[in-house]
Amino acid sequence: MENQIFELQYAMDTFYFLICGALVMWMAAGFTMLEAGLVRSKNTTEILTKNVALYAISCIMYLVCGYMIMYDGAFMLSGIAGGDALVASALAASAEEGFDGGSVYADASDFFFQVVFVATAMSIVSGAVAERMKLWSFLGFAVIMTGFIYPMEGSWTWNGADVFGMYNLGDLGFSDFAGSGIVHMAGAAAAISGVLLLGARKGKYGKDGSIRAIPGANLPMAALGTFILWMGWFGFNGGSVLKLGDIASSNAVAMVFLNTNAAAAGGLIAALILARIMFGKADLTMALNGALAGLVAITAEPSTPSPMLATIFGALGGVLVVLSILTLDKLKLDDPVGAISVHGTCGFLGLMLVPLTNDASTFSGQLIGALTIFIWVFVTSGIVWYVIKLIMGLRVSEQEEAEGVDLSECGMEAYPEFVTQ
Amino acid sequence: MKLVTAIIKPFKLDDVREALSDIGVQGITVTEVKGFGRQKGHTELYRGAEYVVDFLPKVKLEVAIASAMLDQTLEAITKAANTGKIGDGKIFVTELSQIIRIRTGETGEEAV
Repeated sequence: MENQIFELQYAMDTFYFLICGALVMWMAAGFTMLEAGLVRSKNTTEILTKNVALYAISCIMYLVCGYMIMYDGAFMLSGIAGGDALVASALAASAEEGFDGGSVYADASDFFFQVVFVATAMSIVSGAVAERMKLWSFLGFAVIMTGFIYPMEGSWTWNGADVFGMYNLGDLGFSDFAGSGIVHMAGAAAAISGVLLLGARKGKYGKDGSIRAIPGANLPMAALGTFILWMGWFGFNGGSVLKLGDIASSNAVAMVFLNTNAAAAGGLIAALILARIMFGKADLTMALNGALAGLVAITAEPSTPSPMLATIFGALGGVLVVLSILTLDKLKLDDPVGAISVHGTCGFLGLMLVPLTNDASTFSGQLIGALTIFIWVFVTSGIVWYVIKLIMGLRVSEQEEAEGVDLSECGMEAYPEFVTQ
Repeated sequence: MKLVTAIIKPFKLDDVREALSDIGVQGITVTEVKGFGRQKGHTELYRGAEYVVDFLPKVKLEVAIASAMLDQTLEAITKAANTGKIGDGKIFVTELSQIIRIRTGETGEEAV
């Protein structure tokens, strides 16, 4: 009887993990729609291609070597198995952990849940470099980012490995529940180094220093993308509890869902109101970025804040993201979708908010962890971007940019009826 | 015969069409156009940065009429398209030397 209960718990936790992974996978659709909505129509096909291709590359590269580097697994996941072979060992592990102990679930579900996080980190980069980067240069970077750069910092954090044998982030009091820093800020760090080497879109900044708006082509799509991300985030944060199969874990999962939702709502409202005060109009794109900023800010610790605190944390993200977007524009760091502000600035905010509600973490640990992740990803990404720039170039030609990368990179337009016939 | 060309605000199109029908105008040609007059477009805001919309969407009406109808037609368009605010548009009147109804071959005022 006891074994049967353990088997049921195993089934429930594995099922929960898989469903949450599928929700996170769907965030790729959210990023795709958000980015496609915020670029100009002449660059739509290319941004869609980038997003579907980067997702597939992330899945393959994490399978080939990413998971091995991050969690001491085996090359090409060899040894991972299903079926009867695992029943005895899973039951033994469950008996050792006890019913309310650590989660025991299928190894394959662990890989599936982890791999979709890599894709999320990579998705962040594509929006920031949109409308001007060469497709294949970007995809080349995706191979290194998902196969090496992300797994290395992931091993120092979620796998508890020492940073090049020097220090251990866990011992210093670093805590990042679902990846404000490990996933989101890491993606933003890679994006910043890419944008620095790539430059701004032509026409974004005038010679006199003026900042010109380049409005996105399809705001309904951007709004849909935001809602898809919002929904997928329940898997991102909810799944990171890792276990559902006992009352305490279920309560934690419910709290995480509640707080994640509250933070997004707080972020959206704060950004919307701030935009109204600063610009005189209710800027939808800022409101959408605000919701995502709230989500990123709560991701580092969605289980310990009260619902009111979670809403406030989200609202802080919503305010910060608007200010960050305006500041980056002043610095002439052109980010068409606001990805660096949403995931980088607010990812850092999320990390620094953790010690307010989680006694197991420290401000110094959070700061060292954030710096470690940022410097590692920023520097290694910069090297990779630079090598790609030397070999094949990062940027399309001026004429290709003016005509739109849809034609030069993909040879097809997203909305052909608008111009032909 | 006269050709009356009117540039009006798009949302006033229905009112103008109705007013012209009421005075017996038989046909109108409508084109969606863009342009600016003395107000020179306007600025919009996107993510905190301003951008100028130089050419505003307008509707161009073309109406061919008998010369006797001119005053009535101008009055109908002016009344129906007027909001009193900047950007109401303009009316141009030109001489029309010939009209031909393609189906029947009628010409001149019979073809209006």
